[in-house]
Amino acid sequence: MTELLQNLIDGLGRGSIYALLALGVAVIFGVMHLLNFAHGELITVSGYVAFWTINEGWSWYLVTPVIIGTAIVTSLVIERVAFSRVRGSSDFTLLLTSFGVHFVVSAIFLLYVSASVKTFSEPGWVADTFPVGSLNVEVYDAVVIGVTLVTLLGTSWLVQRTMFGLALRAAAADFDTARLMGVRSDTVIRGAFALSGLLAGIAGVFWLMRSGHTTPTVGITPMLKGVLAALIGGLGSLRGAVLGGFVLGLAEVLLRSRLPDSVASLTEGFVFLMIALLFIFRPQGLIRVAHAERV
Amino acid sequence: MLEVSRLTTRYGAISALRDADLHVGSGEVVGLIGPNGAGKTTLLGSIAGLLSPAAGSVTFEGADITGRSPEKLLRLGVALVPEHRRIFGDLTVEENLKIGGITQSRDERAELLHDMGERFPVLREKRTVAAGYLSGGESQQLAIARALMSKPRLLMMDEPSLGLAPVLVDVVFELIETLRSQGRTLLVVEQNATRMLEVADRAYVLRSGEVVAEGTGADLRARPDLFDTFVGGNGQ
Repeated sequence: MTELLQNLIDGLGRGSIYALLALGVAVIFGVMHLLNFAHGELITVSGYVAFWTINEGWSWYLVTPVIIGTAIVTSLVIERVAFSRVRGSSDFTLLLTSFGVHFVVSAIFLLYVSASVKTFSEPGWVADTFPVGSLNVEVYDAVVIGVTLVTLLGTSWLVQRTMFGLALRAAAADFDTARLMGVRSDTVIRGAFALSGLLAGIAGVFWLMRSGHTTPTVGITPMLKGVLAALIGGLGSLRGAVLGGFVLGLAEVLLRSRLPDSVASLTEGFVFLMIALLFIFRPQGLIRVAHAERV
Repeated sequence: MLEVSRLTTRYGAISALRDADLHVGSGEVVGLIGPNGAGKTTLLGSIAGLLSPAAGSVTFEGADITGRSPEKLLRLGVALVPEHRRIFGDLTVEENLKIGGITQSRDERAELLHDMGERFPVLREKRTVAAGYLSGGESQQLAIARALMSKPRLLMMDEPSLGLAPVLVDVVFELIETLRSQGRTLLVVEQNATRMLEVADRAYVLRSGEVVAEGTGADLRARPDLFDTFVGGNGQ
């Protein structure tokens, strides 16, 4: 029982980060049908910002807002430089463009910085734990879960209660009609990229705090987790993306702790197997989206 | 107010609209009639900025608006109630109306929302319902109310009576009559040519992508060559 609760907390912590990443992927997919394989680049760029600033002696409290700001700006720059040029193209063109962005960003760091792993120190409290009954809760997990909860509530308020959120939902449902109503496509698309960047920035801070290193391809794993979680949830559904993130996080943690030691290192493989099974029996993901295809 | 000159729009190699000329004066109600595939929807789409014309020009209140984006045109006062209404089914009735008023200030939007509630009581009654659950007649009212939320100077409607039961068709034409009496400028595509000519000041007849006739209801009805427009197309 204790072990299960411990797994749940670990899984929620891990799932929180996946949920933030998946939500960023889903927001962009919703408005422009782009499955963004360049989403991880926001973490890569943030990773180098962390490396440069922390090794200059900046504290994590100062680096955190800098990373989030970097992720937002990077997201907007990528939209401006790459995706704005292929707006309205086929989904396949958009997909290829996102791969292109991924390779270009990795190549820039590879050529102009270094191929080697760059490390920076994690905040001192990352490994601290505190007891709750018979459980040992990591401060890190508690912070991640708490901040994610606040972020998700804030995002939900933005999407459900503001005119920007309304425009975002209308554009996701029917872009042409939204424009006929006066919804500016630039505002909605840039807003979606900014929101996606903000969410990736928060996830990136947590990711980097724990890993303490960056490489030119450091963004691939978080990108895959985000895209997978969004797919599990049902692409385009924001609630689905969050749900998918938590499902993926919990599945990973539970499998790792339950599998016999000899195969525990194959956790990733088992997770992919489960995802494959999910898509065989429920290809639309956990939550179905009515407007999954653009009309 | 609106001046369309030699407008041509193509889908690939096919010209859906060729050299169309049309004008709408301030306060006028103008009909666009003709059979399926005549280019009526293409013409409205080309004016509203959904389609880019290959040639020709569109002038609105003296300014050249050819090829402008729909969101810019809406801000100039050109609104379109699109074909098949295109209601946002997952959004509530009130959210649909708010989107229509996105260009208005917060206070103005609230006031317009109140006005629409007075004019369309059924929409006020169902304001928290997802718009996808409305009946055909209700969603047509929502589509028109949503367009009115932007305080358009020129309101274009594409087939507002399409797919509605006869009694609801009456409601739509009464609404056009009401808008007309308020001095609004309307450009309406209708397959129901007979009914349209009763409420319109003038109408244009389109056939195979070309404007083949223009005039008042009496003018057009008197032309034997247009007989099929009234009987063949969709007399209802």
